[in-house]
Amino acid sequence: MIELTDVTKTFNAGLESRFTAVDGVSLAIEPGKVTVLKGPSGSGKTTLLSLIGCMSRPTSGRITLRGMRTGFLPDGDPPAGFDISSLPERFLTEIRRTGFGFIFQQFGLVKGITALENVMLPAYPAGEDMSGIRNRAIGLMGLFDLNRHADAKVDWLSGGELQRVAIARALINDPSTIIADEPTAHLDSKLSREFMEVAGRLNQDGKTVIIASHDPIVFDSPLVDTVVEMRDGRVTATEKRA
Amino acid sequence: MIQHPAVIALTASSVAVSLMLLYAGWYGMKILRDWEPGSGSERQLWLERRTYLVSTLVGYALVFQILSLLLYIYTADELHSLFTGAMCAAGTLNADGYGYPTLALKVAGCILAGVWLVINHADTRGYDYPLIKVKYALLALLAPVVVVEAYLQFKFFSGLKGDLITSCCGSLFSSDRPGIAGDIAGLPPGAMLYAFYAVAAMTFIAGLVFYMEGRGGYLFSLLSAILFLAGAAALISSFCLYFYELPTHHCPFCILQREYGYAGYALYAALLGGVVAGTGAGALMPSRKKGSLLKAVPALQRRLAGAALLCYLVFTLIVTYRMLSTPFTAGV
Amino acid sequence: MNAPVNRHRNILDFALSSLIRRKAKNLSLLFVYTLIVFVIASLIFFVHALKREAALLLEGAPGIVVQKMMAGRHDLIPVEYAREVEKMRGVRKVTPRYWGYYYDRAFGANYTLMVPEAGRPRPGSVFIGSGVAENQRVKAGDFITFGAHDGLPLLLTVERIFPAESELVAADLVLMDMPDFQSMFGMPEGRATDLAVTVANPRELATVARKVAGRFPDSRPIMKSEILRTYDAIFDWRGGMMVVVLGVALISFIIFAWDKATGLSADERREIGILKSVGWETSDVLLLKFWEGAVISMTAFLAGVLLAYGHVFFFSAALFAHALKGWSVLYPEFRLVPAADGYQLSVLFFLSVLPYTVATIVPAWLAATVDPDAAMRS
Repeated sequence: MIELTDVTKTFNAGLESRFTAVDGVSLAIEPGKVTVLKGPSGSGKTTLLSLIGCMSRPTSGRITLRGMRTGFLPDGDPPAGFDISSLPERFLTEIRRTGFGFIFQQFGLVKGITALENVMLPAYPAGEDMSGIRNRAIGLMGLFDLNRHADAKVDWLSGGELQRVAIARALINDPSTIIADEPTAHLDSKLSREFMEVAGRLNQDGKTVIIASHDPIVFDSPLVDTVVEMRDGRVTATEKRA
Repeated sequence: MIQHPAVIALTASSVAVSLMLLYAGWYGMKILRDWEPGSGSERQLWLERRTYLVSTLVGYALVFQILSLLLYIYTADELHSLFTGAMCAAGTLNADGYGYPTLALKVAGCILAGVWLVINHADTRGYDYPLIKVKYALLALLAPVVVVEAYLQFKFFSGLKGDLITSCCGSLFSSDRPGIAGDIAGLPPGAMLYAFYAVAAMTFIAGLVFYMEGRGGYLFSLLSAILFLAGAAALISSFCLYFYELPTHHCPFCILQREYGYAGYALYAALLGGVVAGTGAGALMPSRKKGSLLKAVPALQRRLAGAALLCYLVFTLIVTYRMLSTPFTAGV
Repeated sequence: MNAPVNRHRNILDFALSSLIRRKAKNLSLLFVYTLIVFVIASLIFFVHALKREAALLLEGAPGIVVQKMMAGRHDLIPVEYAREVEKMRGVRKVTPRYWGYYYDRAFGANYTLMVPEAGRPRPGSVFIGSGVAENQRVKAGDFITFGAHDGLPLLLTVERIFPAESELVAADLVLMDMPDFQSMFGMPEGRATDLAVTVANPRELATVARKVAGRFPDSRPIMKSEILRTYDAIFDWRGGMMVVVLGVALISFIIFAWDKATGLSADERREIGILKSVGWETSDVLLLKFWEGAVISMTAFLAGVLLAYGHVFFFSAALFAHALKGWSVLYPEFRLVPAADGYQLSVLFFLSVLPYTVATIVPAWLAATVDPDAAMRS
């Protein structure tokens, strides 16, 4: 469970170009559910995702985690959860690596290396044996029917194939939460629906799914449990579906 | 000035290390001044990023410092032919008054840098930078040591003139010559042996207690520091006699040479390893109870204690083996 | 404890793939780096090998050479000094030596003329070094002319020419018999050039030298160790001079390395942003940069050392010959004995890898602290 309390993120503080992307947002992400952040571009969805996913720290406010295990936290969760708002980057990264899988809008794959290597990358620093990582990666790519592209450089893959490689990569460390930023922006309707199916499958496996999108295929999907509407960095409405 | 390429290399290395540590130290002060641990402001993030630079600089500085220590001794050895009466590095170092102080400060620099890295490692295990003030205070101590050492080394090499007749280890390390080197050699070999083994035994016991039960950390750390000094003194006054099989040859540098199986490297490495690990464990004692380090520090200290014991054990085994296996007796 | 090792291995794997992906930039860096190592290594090997040769040659030299001084200059020494010195304790043998320099105006070269203790040529014949032979363009059996002290020409037959291998010692050497030597120089009876003293115990050299100087205040005993020391110093000075010149090259290299390292292309920045966003932390990226630098350093070091080794020991340091020749006209062609030990390599390491590493620490750190969520916005 991830809880945000009055979280604000300001860029370029103290400068002329000061810009508040997220303004006083309070939100609770329920584990095991599919949550969608809905809103036009510039509404702060991407920034909010990076805050939830431990990619950046809030300028003010608190973010607390509950029920997520990490190596450095004292055993046994304190009742109020663990405050990660001021964690040094090193620990934030460790939580992110083991707990969150990211799927970026532009896929964010490294050009010039193979699809397989891309999928394996997030697991490199953890100290696992290379062959173990490779086997897992091949298994994941098999799930998404990508094995024939395993040794192809990502420069040659199509949009849909890139999408699936990005999903496979997000799953390599077996995270409990999947975060996707405008996943259907570069996909046609058929592929968009396929993506939602994958998201649904992941959710059924017990993963929490958080998607930011202004695509109706996403937020009108029956798989979605909660829709959070945003505008100008603030939450304007929260809708919980059955 | 002897424009030997090695001298240029050593001078360049000392200058580089000094600059790196001065830069790191200055940055450390800046970081401390603006440090706000709980804040999510961009400034704080920027400062946290800067701490990586500091620890990288000190890490490299340590490596270069150790290498330059080796190169320094080796160069002194190579240059001995330039000085009448010098038979090995000891003679070269004695050619002017800066030789031995430079060596001492180099060793001190290595030890301090090693301890700093231990503290830094512990600090990174805590999620709220618990030891940052301690770290940068220590850095403020380390940087001047290295700068002074670079200066002394420069003075040493620039004052070296080939024709000086210098005393070699024969007379330098013989008992009737005043000065530290003479004093150490003058310690009666038998008594030094007993003293060393006594301190070693106490250190091992304290270490085992600390390793298994986590008690007596300060005592163990203090003993491992004393053992470093006792080991070095015993090496010069008694153990090296067994290596050289001569009752008067007390030179600490000749055991680095091939004819003694390069034993010197293992012995000195073991001593340095032992003292860094041991005092590192002691330096972490005050932070044992800090919240964010509750889990990490005791485990780290245990590993350090184990490493220190292992190093000293290696040292003791090598010298004891040598002592027992040669037919030479120092009249003990 | 396998995790740390695996971490290094995985990151090293990516570092290698990273380097290969940016061939142009890394190859140019590698080339310059190797060049620097090559030049410094050649210098170090060359000077070191020369010193060793000199030391080996001087092994056979007498422990003490006693010269007589007159008004601060080297004078001929009375042979009866030899008998007295021989009686001193610790002295094994004293041999008077007869040798001198001869400047051949016609060919502009200095020769050393000597009467050897044993194996003298017949009267009227000489053994000459290959340098002399080449200089005068003579071969065995030919005549060679020297201008004697009284102005008359001295005609001698070349009986033997020393082989090329002995060039370092004998290039300018001319060995002749005593009567010919006397015709050349007209040395007075009972005088020799200097005395070669062999001492029983090398440690006693200084004591014996002091005794000789005490007994004959007008003499100058020169110890072998002093000669060795002076040789070393000359090579060091010459070597040091070149190293100072190389310092300039080194500084340029450092600036070059710095520039290459800070010049992160947009692609590289994006790549690091991606790495950080998928879970690599700053210290992992620092490790990546470390391994990249280490691979380049090790490759350049190895290549540079091997090339330098070949250059110095198989091509006789052809590139340096001019700078180190000095004024000698008879510069010997010689093959140096390969000699490279760990010590030389360590010095080389300090003079090449260390500056490179220091120059790239800050750029590597700058690269490693790229923002992770830059990837989200790309």
